[in-house]
Amino acid sequence: MSQLLEKKNQRLIVKLSTAIVLMFGFGFALVPLYDVFCQITGLNGRNITKAPAQSMKIDKTRTVRLQFMTSVPPGMAWDFSPAINYVDVHPGENKVVKFNAHNLSNRTIVGQAVPSVSPGLAASYLNKTECFCFTQQPLKAGQRTEMGLVFFISPDIPKDIHTLTLSYALFDVTQLPSAQATPSNVEYAEHTEHAEHPEHAAM
Amino acid sequence: MEDITLQDNSEGNSEHNSDQHSSSHHQPAKGIMRWILTTNHKDIGTLYLCFSFLMFLVGGAMAMVIRAELYQPGLQIVEPNFFNQMTTVHGLIMVFGAVMPAFTGLANWLIPMMIGAPDMALPRMNNWSFWILPMAFTILLSSLFMEGGGPNFGWTFYAPLSTTYSPDSTALFVFAIHIMGISSILGAINVVVTIINMRAPGMTYMKMPLFVWTWLITAFLLIAVMPVLAATVTMVLTDKYFGTSFFAAAGGGDPVLFQHIFWFFGHPEVYIMILPSFGIISAIIPTFSRKKLFGYSSMVYATSSIAILSFTVWAHHMFTTGMPVAAELFFMYCTMLISVPTGVKVFNWVATMWRGSLTFETPMLFAIAFIVLFTIGGFSGLMLAITPADFQYHDTYFVVAHFHYVLVTGAIFSIMAAAYYWLPKWTGHMYDERLGKIHFWCSLISVNVLFFPMHFLGLAGMPRRVPDYALQFADFNQLVSLGGFAFGLSQLIFLAVLVKCVRGGEKAPAKPWEGAEGLEWDMPSPAPYHSHTTPPEIK
Repeated sequence: MSQLLEKKNQRLIVKLSTAIVLMFGFGFALVPLYDVFCQITGLNGRNITKAPAQSMKIDKTRTVRLQFMTSVPPGMAWDFSPAINYVDVHPGENKVVKFNAHNLSNRTIVGQAVPSVSPGLAASYLNKTECFCFTQQPLKAGQRTEMGLVFFISPDIPKDIHTLTLSYALFDVTQLPSAQATPSNVEYAEHTEHAEHPEHAAM
Repeated sequence: MEDITLQDNSEGNSEHNSDQHSSSHHQPAKGIMRWILTTNHKDIGTLYLCFSFLMFLVGGAMAMVIRAELYQPGLQIVEPNFFNQMTTVHGLIMVFGAVMPAFTGLANWLIPMMIGAPDMALPRMNNWSFWILPMAFTILLSSLFMEGGGPNFGWTFYAPLSTTYSPDSTALFVFAIHIMGISSILGAINVVVTIINMRAPGMTYMKMPLFVWTWLITAFLLIAVMPVLAATVTMVLTDKYFGTSFFAAAGGGDPVLFQHIFWFFGHPEVYIMILPSFGIISAIIPTFSRKKLFGYSSMVYATSSIAILSFTVWAHHMFTTGMPVAAELFFMYCTMLISVPTGVKVFNWVATMWRGSLTFETPMLFAIAFIVLFTIGGFSGLMLAITPADFQYHDTYFVVAHFHYVLVTGAIFSIMAAAYYWLPKWTGHMYDERLGKIHFWCSLISVNVLFFPMHFLGLAGMPRRVPDYALQFADFNQLVSLGGFAFGLSQLIFLAVLVKCVRGGEKAPAKPWEGAEGLEWDMPSPAPYHSHTTPPEIK
């Protein structure tokens, strides 16, 4: 093989290897990109951010129904349910809803509730100013607790959305290394606390 | 089989090489070490092809277990968990062990001969990229014998099935996938460097045979997406064993994210498994039509467009995960757009046959069957692309029917066509045409008995990946299983043809097919151990 060809080959191999390393990195970069994409477009119904405390003007001309759902994974000895199944609110109006949790086991279990809103595109109009889902919830053996959610629905919610469903999936995070610590998404939420609502025109 | 090839090649080569080379250094070594240490592209091609055929039989045996269990409703033969391991490992073996290595084997054998290069650009790496494959599959298959069993979460290894609920052997699965990925990435680098830098003078890009073109594009796809697969399995590994939460909602992750990353790899992957087929068919159809390929340059552009579009359609695998309508429409239209360049190809092949003087030797039979049956698979793919319809078809046997039409009667039929077409060049003997035709007709009939009724099972609502099913599906499943056993047995005829052809047979001339074109037909059959040591002249 001539030296010239060997040089050419080496240059090409370096380029291709760089592409491979970049694509391997891209695989991991998809993780934050996915979060950012969902955040901007409001896709996926992820609703983990903390909203600014005060609501804007209240739109008394219409009401929106917010339904609550909870789910506990098999094998996790908790009772976890909303105190009421749904609430009708005017957009802009602050509401408090209580959720009851009860550790049925004889050991401490740390729970983490993960919210999801349906329809997904409505997620960004549901503003939670306070939520038990922002932190992990340790419950001692047999302990009961009442957990609060304070929210308002943005007045600029599209007219064709009449009913939203807020679903909390509970997870047992006792074994996770992050248990007891603040979950990363809350820090993230606090950083974006004063962020304006993203443009919805994109989707 | 390897020993037979060894004797045969060394005999054949001593004739041809004696007048070309004075140094005995260029003769293949004797014994097993020839195969372990070889850097010769033809030897490595043979290794890849033999390995992939072995894996085809192993994966096929697993399919037989699946079809035996599904022969009648109820649980007869295997436990549900073992059934799941069979469906999973069958898929993994057929994708990563049978189809992809077969194409790499063909690339090794053919690309240097087709572009006038003496060997692949990186022969030592070539040796390594083959020899890590048997290691990967040993790891994967050994995991079936571990306590708790092997991977049972489907070849798509969706989280949380592969993280929270997977067996303890998942680490072995992850490492096996890593090694397979490294192997195909190394193979792809080799193909790209060979094609870009090693073409004989005068072999311009638009003079390259389409098999070379399709493989060049496939290699770029491999380089783009195999690292993403590696990233996915790495995340599964750390989620399962090291407490990360990429795909665990409890820790802030998202299981749907897994599907996005996986299918970002997965959809280009299906084109990795079909583009080289397009190249093979584009070589065989003109030969037996005795005409030039219709629309060569449109074939090149169509292949490139398919490759580019393949990056924009991944979420059509996930229509039921709850996407907004706008996203569903985007992925639906992009998916349907792919049928345009694919249609260009199909029409070009048909136009090539139009008014040709056709003969129907075994490679041509497989190629024509490919065109018809792959098109059926393409149409069921179009049906699946329609979002509202997909909500009904999703995760049913309709999907199973679809991807077996494109992968078995598509990819595998094209590989068989290629084997028959180039066997005379590889072995120096004509294969047994009568036996080849018997193999073809047995395969053609049984494969349709096997997969066609699956469409109806799916439309009637039978879910995939179940070891048991409702009674109303019993008759069709019995039919499907019988077709499956017949298709499995038919492949033993193929084995017989291969063994017979390697051992002996009518001597093949340099150009056994009257209408064949390409540099590989200018050299004697079997192809000398070292070919194109001086660059050929390109007309």
